[in-house]
Amino acid sequence: MGAILPTPPIGLTPLSAYAAEYDWLFFGMCLLSLCFMVPIAVAIVYFAVKYHKDSKADRSERISRRSRLILESSWAGIPFLLTLGVFVWAGKMYVEWATPPKGALEIAVIGKQWMWKFQHPGGQREINTLHVPVGRPVKLVMTSQDVIHSLFLPALRIKMDVIPGRYTHLWFTATKTGTFRLECAEYCGTDHSRMGGSLIVMTSADYQSWLAHAGTAISLAAAGAEVYRKNGCSGCHGANSTVHAPTLGGLFGTMVRTADGREVLADEGYIRDCITLPDKNRVAGFPPIMPDFSGTISEADLIKLIAYIRSLPPGARP
Amino acid sequence: MTAEAKALPSKSYLEDGYTLSSWFFSTDHKRIAILYFVSITLFFFVGGAAATLIRLELLSPTGLFLSNDAYNRLFTIHGVVMVWFFLIPSIPNTFGNFLIPIMIGAKDLAFPKLNLASWWIFVLAGCFVIAALLIGGVDTGWTFYAPFSTMFSNGYVVPAVIGVFIAGFSTILTGLNFIVTIHKLRAPGMTWFRLPLFVWAIYATSLVMVLATPVLATTLMLIFAERVLGLGFFDPKLGGDPVLYQHLFWFYSHPAVYIMVLPAMAVMSELMSAFCKRRVFGYKVVAYSSLAIAGLGFLVWGHHMFVAGESVYAGLVFSLLSFSIAVPSAIKVFNWTATMRKGYVSLDAPMLFALGFIGLFVIGGLSGLFVAATGLDVHLTRTYFVIAHFHFIMVGGTVSCYFGALHFWWPKMTGRMYPEMLGRGTALMIFFGFILTFMPQFILGWLGMPRRYHLYPPEFQVLNVLSSAGASILAVAYTLPLIYLGWSLFYGKRAGANPWGAAGLEWLIPSPPPRENFETVPVVTWEAYPYPLKPQPVERKETP
Repeated sequence: MGAILPTPPIGLTPLSAYAAEYDWLFFGMCLLSLCFMVPIAVAIVYFAVKYHKDSKADRSERISRRSRLILESSWAGIPFLLTLGVFVWAGKMYVEWATPPKGALEIAVIGKQWMWKFQHPGGQREINTLHVPVGRPVKLVMTSQDVIHSLFLPALRIKMDVIPGRYTHLWFTATKTGTFRLECAEYCGTDHSRMGGSLIVMTSADYQSWLAHAGTAISLAAAGAEVYRKNGCSGCHGANSTVHAPTLGGLFGTMVRTADGREVLADEGYIRDCITLPDKNRVAGFPPIMPDFSGTISEADLIKLIAYIRSLPPGARP
Repeated sequence: MTAEAKALPSKSYLEDGYTLSSWFFSTDHKRIAILYFVSITLFFFVGGAAATLIRLELLSPTGLFLSNDAYNRLFTIHGVVMVWFFLIPSIPNTFGNFLIPIMIGAKDLAFPKLNLASWWIFVLAGCFVIAALLIGGVDTGWTFYAPFSTMFSNGYVVPAVIGVFIAGFSTILTGLNFIVTIHKLRAPGMTWFRLPLFVWAIYATSLVMVLATPVLATTLMLIFAERVLGLGFFDPKLGGDPVLYQHLFWFYSHPAVYIMVLPAMAVMSELMSAFCKRRVFGYKVVAYSSLAIAGLGFLVWGHHMFVAGESVYAGLVFSLLSFSIAVPSAIKVFNWTATMRKGYVSLDAPMLFALGFIGLFVIGGLSGLFVAATGLDVHLTRTYFVIAHFHFIMVGGTVSCYFGALHFWWPKMTGRMYPEMLGRGTALMIFFGFILTFMPQFILGWLGMPRRYHLYPPEFQVLNVLSSAGASILAVAYTLPLIYLGWSLFYGKRAGANPWGAAGLEWLIPSPPPRENFETVPVVTWEAYPYPLKPQPVERKETP
């Protein structure tokens, strides 16, 4: 729907089809609000003049019970039905906002007091500035190292809280190149108002050359292999291990049956919980012997580890 | 009546003792109302001073004289003081306390000593909050979000939390007292549907006070336990869940919004009928809509958390429920407007405040639909749009009504009239000053300026300066009544029993009322708002 709507003429330039559609919904709601406000204002002024205590206006008429009922139910019902249209349209956009498309470019985000750390799949890291390609869906996978933050991209009309202990998502497809504001929207302490930076949208070619320029030798998944080795994960999960531990290759994206009989999707949050809260979703048929790594693995290493586990082919037991 | 009053001179409640202890330990609901009035006025100016400093500081995108920490402490104290120490007790504890017994024909509240206890508890709570402010302040925001408040804040969270915790008991006891009073102490003939709508709305408020405030107490105890004892409830590092805090907090704090606005609606019905000389249009609908708001108010808390990690389905359900709660509010607005039709409208100061309320409340309510709509909220939440929205409701709405009530019942409470033209001027200044302060904030939010920002991008300066200009008008307008009402205490014209020619039991007794309110228990034989007023109906029924 967003694609067929032109850009509204005033305000902050929308940076995506979603943002353009958002503006139309916003202005639509403004118009609807005026439709409610004007009659009330007119009625108040009209009544205040016509029925001023000194006026000789006729006050004799009485409203019948029936017409009073019709009047009251119509001024309760009609505005409600009209606003339900806004509820539905906004709900549709909310679902869109919450549902990242498959195959989006995934960028890891860690919020901490008071900076944003971004890491691209190739391992390129940046702070407070986020480079993304134009025209391609980008999915931010976000967590916080301390308190709750909220990543806010006003030009895209989107934000999402960044919460310690779990991963949240934010996705967008920018349609224009340029530099735009990036802000923290959830109060997070002393320098909250300085916890911001820029979203830089580049052409695909510029983005590639930026990646190459900023490139580290090692991708996120490869860095994860190092974390995997250092923490001795293969001691139990490896092919040569005698310990009964789940195979990690091909795990990501599958449904896992837990020991207490639930079906859980093995996404980033699930893998994170398995490492930091091993008892929460223990896999059915495995003993409770996974050690608790909370406090010993940093948020950045967790993200690398997840990228590594994701990259393993089905059946692999490194 | 006047002849009779002269024949039986009874002392007014103001003349019933002049010592300090005759005030501080009085169990007279009217004196306790005055105690509350004086204390919340002090808090109003503490919170107002913080707001003034905030608006001054925001004149410049880089700040003028405050550090980031000092700024954060200012908006926190502004929020904590204004919400718990002004808005929540404002109308219920002053006008509710003063008027509920009189409006239902009783001599006092059901539990006068509990009423006094509730004021003392409030004072104790206030001491903790003022102490927290004086020893260095709190930097969490009034919402105390975890894990910031429990593990990271370096402000004095504990005294502030204890203060709010204690204040909650004052609220609960007041609510309880009102509920029992309205159930048990109504005068003969004062049936539920003869009650003034003020009483209905305060009754609904009391239900919310009694049911929601304990949840706040629990939540604050959990903060205390995590911060002081290190017990993990909210911080994931301790095995807690930070989003759980938000569920608990808003389960109280959304209903608390209705604790703040229902009493304003209570006042509205009285003002509209008194200054239109007409029964409120659709009495029963307005009465029931108060209860509907109180009930539905418990089911919408999740709309504060659309981007906080709750599920999309939960978000949509909370959104729909939030749209529904707009219906009873809209009904009230339409009914008040319709009350003017075929009435005898006089535009005295209280009526100007009431009309100002309608204007500001309608804008506040409609902007509420923006933030209740999931997809729209994603962009607007956590920005100045939200600040503008809830100030329109809680300050534009509730504070306008509070001042309307103050002017309307001032003659009853003090026996003196205030200077009418100054009253009208203040009402107009508050309305236009308010619009100028908060309209630019809607635009700021829409353009993406987050709330609680000390420093902001320079392109937002013009709108911030406009907002601060409006705030300076508001500062004058809120201070003026202090001066002219204070003056009127000594030099104002004597009011007489019923200066407005209004209906209601409170206008049948002398101003200021005697200690016992009624010399004999009134017997009510008429409906609420019996306009046009016949010569005092109570006179004939009053024979003992």
